[in-house]
Amino acid sequence: MFDIFDIYLLEALINGVLLGGVLALLALGLNLIFGVIDVVWICYAELIMLGMYGMYYLYVVYHLPFVLAAVICIAGVGGLGVVLHLLVISPLLNAMPINQLLATGGVLFFLQSFATVAFGIDFRNLGIRLPVLEVSGMFLSYARLLACGAALAGMVVLYFFLARTYTGAAIRAIAQDRQIMPLMGVDAKRIYVITSLIGGALAGLAACLLVLQYDIHPFIGLTFGPITFMICVLGGLGNMIGGFVAAFVFAEIIEVSGLYLDLEWGYVFAFAFFIAMMFVRPRGLMARRS
Amino acid sequence: MNRVLPWVIGAALVAVPFVYHEPYPLHIMVIILIWSFLYTSWSVMGRFGLVSLGHGGFMGIGAYVLALLWNYAGLTPWLGIPVAMLATAAIALLIAYPCFRFRIIGHYFALVTLALSAIVQQVITATRDYTGGSLGYTPNPYHRGNSIYALQFSGKETWYLIALGAWAVALLIRRQVERSMLRYALEAIAEDEDAAAAAGVHVTAEKLKITLLSAMMTAFGAALYCQYQLFISPDTVSGITVSLQMVFAAVVGGIYVGVGPTVGAIITIVLAEVLRIGFGTAAVGWDNLIYGILLVVFIIFLPQGIVGSVQARWAAARQ
Repeated sequence: MFDIFDIYLLEALINGVLLGGVLALLALGLNLIFGVIDVVWICYAELIMLGMYGMYYLYVVYHLPFVLAAVICIAGVGGLGVVLHLLVISPLLNAMPINQLLATGGVLFFLQSFATVAFGIDFRNLGIRLPVLEVSGMFLSYARLLACGAALAGMVVLYFFLARTYTGAAIRAIAQDRQIMPLMGVDAKRIYVITSLIGGALAGLAACLLVLQYDIHPFIGLTFGPITFMICVLGGLGNMIGGFVAAFVFAEIIEVSGLYLDLEWGYVFAFAFFIAMMFVRPRGLMARRS
Repeated sequence: MNRVLPWVIGAALVAVPFVYHEPYPLHIMVIILIWSFLYTSWSVMGRFGLVSLGHGGFMGIGAYVLALLWNYAGLTPWLGIPVAMLATAAIALLIAYPCFRFRIIGHYFALVTLALSAIVQQVITATRDYTGGSLGYTPNPYHRGNSIYALQFSGKETWYLIALGAWAVALLIRRQVERSMLRYALEAIAEDEDAAAAAGVHVTAEKLKITLLSAMMTAFGAALYCQYQLFISPDTVSGITVSLQMVFAAVVGGIYVGVGPTVGAIITIVLAEVLRIGFGTAAVGWDNLIYGILLVVFIIFLPQGIVGSVQARWAAARQ
């Protein structure tokens, strides 16, 4: 009896780590954009939703190979990120910060309804059934393993991009001081566009991975959106390491409480933990600013 | 002229249900009045730069506490509404106090309150054994739905007058706030918290006051909605969509003017109804599509909203 219990708990813990990888990827793009441009894309999860529809059409309707479809999807959502920045964010760069947030809220409404009008409210999926791995009595989802692996790989690539390239250094510099960097010869507008491109591409990558596990419908964004924001706030907005840690903490809470109760209660506990942490560490798990 | 006009409009509005009995237009008017109340409740604090995305949560708490107390404890809404308002105020205090105490402002504040909306929606869905989950919830009818004790009325005319009265009170509350010292304190805080604190403004206390006022008004509006519709579901009274809808309508109408949120409610609800009647099910999603574009366009080009911009034009033309 006790043995079985332990294996289930272990399985939940490992699934939590796998879920954490995906959540960390979601939070990463949002944190990057916040850290550099100082803007919150409330519609971030809706970009992912569009990416998932893109995957559906490329893979199911146009029969492209999965990897090619994924590359197009990542590039496409990256492009959407740039369009979002140029059309909505850049006219508002000097407006009150909250106006930027509300404008992207309008984009959220727009994208959700656009998907409803254009694609209908039917649930769709790719029809790929990835096998379930059995490791010494534990069942682990192959799709999640793949998603977690790809998420970690994406993060490593981003890390090296930010740490080792000139553009990456400029992005980090802008994040540290928005006023001084333009005087140092960095074109802030170009950096913002590049950052939006990367942020959008990360959403595209997330879309390619999530489409393996979830059905697509116009309101799927509401499933990931709130939890992504909470992870970012819990980690400290713009703090990528904090967001990374928070993603795994959240995922473990969701999986382990989901083991004993319903999955929804997992979310409720995770959200309650979030509120409790706002008392203890209001600026995030790893506070960046004083 | 300016002194007489509100009374004339007020009298005309009160007279409507006595001479006009078409149920459908009356229903639309009641809905507009109730949402105007809710949008005004949001704008009471939103107007000072305190952008809360948690009002979907406050509304959910207000509506569900009221309905659950009625169905399980048989508590009359006359007591249930104050209890629901207090419960909402308690939750608002729980979220807002640490936010204000620890200087969580701007989009940080918006995101923390957004989490509240998501939590309330998730809890309502998860406790489906009691709340009916996403299928929604209905307060038990009492005396065939016509009872002062249960605050249930089948006539649209009664509801019209109730909603009209509530809406007028919301406008009065907002006007009182605009004329109080609280307004100056909050405007100073919105400009610069440190400077306001240095000038002797108790930042946390002043912000808490307006937040609790706004949250309790929202709970009251939610109670009206619940008693009028006699049906609530997590998607219609809680969650992020409802929060954004409140912000959206208030911003489009104009948050710096008393009747702005009301104008926002009229525009959004009439637009949705026109699309629904004109195009039927083919129009599903079109209303939100248009709202979304409008919201972005308004924030970029007319951040003062429709009423605010019209007033500014008018003032400029007179000079």
